[in-house]
Amino acid sequence: MAPVDASLPPLLRIRELRKSFGAHEVLKGISLDVHAGEVVSIIGASGSGKSTFLRCINVMEMPEAGFLDFEDFSFDFRAGARSRPTQAQLRAMRARIGMVFQSYNLWPHMTVLENVIEAPMRVNGIARADAVRTAEALLDRIGLKDKRGAYPSRLSGGQQQRVAIVRALAMQPRLMLFDEVTSALDPELVGEVLALMAALALEGMTMLVVTHEIGFAREVSTRTVFFDNGHITEDGPPREVLRRPKSERLQQFLKRVLHEHVAGEGVEGERP
Amino acid sequence: MTFSEWLDFFMPYVPGFLHAAWLVFIITLLVIVVSWICGLLVALGKTSSFAVIRQAAAFYIWFVRGTPALIQIFIVYFGLPQLGLGLSPFVAGVLALGVNGGAYVAEIIRSGLSAIPKGQVESSLALGMSRHETLRRIVLPQVVRIILPAITNEAISTLKNTSLLSTITVVELTLYAQTIIATTFRPFEFYAATAVIYLVMTTMLSQVAAMLERHNARYV
Repeated sequence: MAPVDASLPPLLRIRELRKSFGAHEVLKGISLDVHAGEVVSIIGASGSGKSTFLRCINVMEMPEAGFLDFEDFSFDFRAGARSRPTQAQLRAMRARIGMVFQSYNLWPHMTVLENVIEAPMRVNGIARADAVRTAEALLDRIGLKDKRGAYPSRLSGGQQQRVAIVRALAMQPRLMLFDEVTSALDPELVGEVLALMAALALEGMTMLVVTHEIGFAREVSTRTVFFDNGHITEDGPPREVLRRPKSERLQQFLKRVLHEHVAGEGVEGERP
Repeated sequence: MTFSEWLDFFMPYVPGFLHAAWLVFIITLLVIVVSWICGLLVALGKTSSFAVIRQAAAFYIWFVRGTPALIQIFIVYFGLPQLGLGLSPFVAGVLALGVNGGAYVAEIIRSGLSAIPKGQVESSLALGMSRHETLRRIVLPQVVRIILPAITNEAISTLKNTSLLSTITVVELTLYAQTIIATTFRPFEFYAATAVIYLVMTTMLSQVAAMLERHNARYV
């Protein structure tokens, strides 16, 4: 894993981010710095705001307040602020931030290859031949090159999710966001997706991973943050946060999650 | 009447029937074009951020779907001249049926759009694609597949509805049959022949649609 150089400015800097849905405040002033090469696992109960936080980073949800710096983008989300993001800025930033979803969201009317080359061609203006070459190399890496002409419906969930990861990688992102990417998978297909994510982490990809896989958080991530009720309440190396949780809330959460895993599958801890 | 006598009797009317059938085909095509223009505008209007436009679109759909097509044709052909807008039977007919079909097309488009999961759009936007690219490359191709069966049904109704234009003196298939029957007094044969011609045309339409559907089903 690439060493994290904390003396460099962070790749992603978030300050006092707030987001509400109606009267319900989901994010109550989140601040987080992520350095290049860090793999941050975000854990927390459902409804704690972790997915919303991830979706605010590439502004799939527009925060009501807060600041975001990513590479040369610098946004102030307050209403009326001069540096609120424009549509063009958002597109340019999203092109450099890969996102993978719980429900894969591959485009069913395009083949695997077409799914992977679409954005590089349309957004980055890559010539088709070059986009195909990159896509085939990536598909080869995950062992799905022979599926390049297949439609997503012919693939297993694990294969679809790995293609979705490759689709994001084809844009050569500087940061990858994973939003509970194994939650919709059959248990026996989880491993292949986590293995690909672990391999990316080893290569030094900067990753934010919202996950219920405590094993992944412990073994792969360089840092674990715990979301509770719209706040980050714990933040540190996974072994510390997971072994010696400071708050009772995290203790309870871990007990519940680990119990479910042991009861459900009996393989917790072997992953990835 | 022997078969050959019957054939001799019938043959002189064949060119006329074919010509009337051709006219039905042309009217159907034009009506489909008009109804798609109306339907797209109304479907967009229903999602407009202006309340007035949304209400106008809702009123259009409510009025058209709640009144008989025949009355709508009469309003356009007999009613509009009173307001100073006299139209030929052909133009009035195409316009009335097109406006009528537009309400149904609008609903079909709306249901197709709402059938596309939000994640399809999100994954495209998250890759940096623009809203326009997302609509054109990701959403619309899937909408077309979803609405194809409904659109086929709508085209078939349109084709059959052209017979209503016989009431405003458009000499399409139905009125042509009526004029022959008025002189030959043979309603059974000629209405049966008319029905067969309609049947051939609607069957061809569903065959084309079935072909397109098979082509689109390759990724399901």
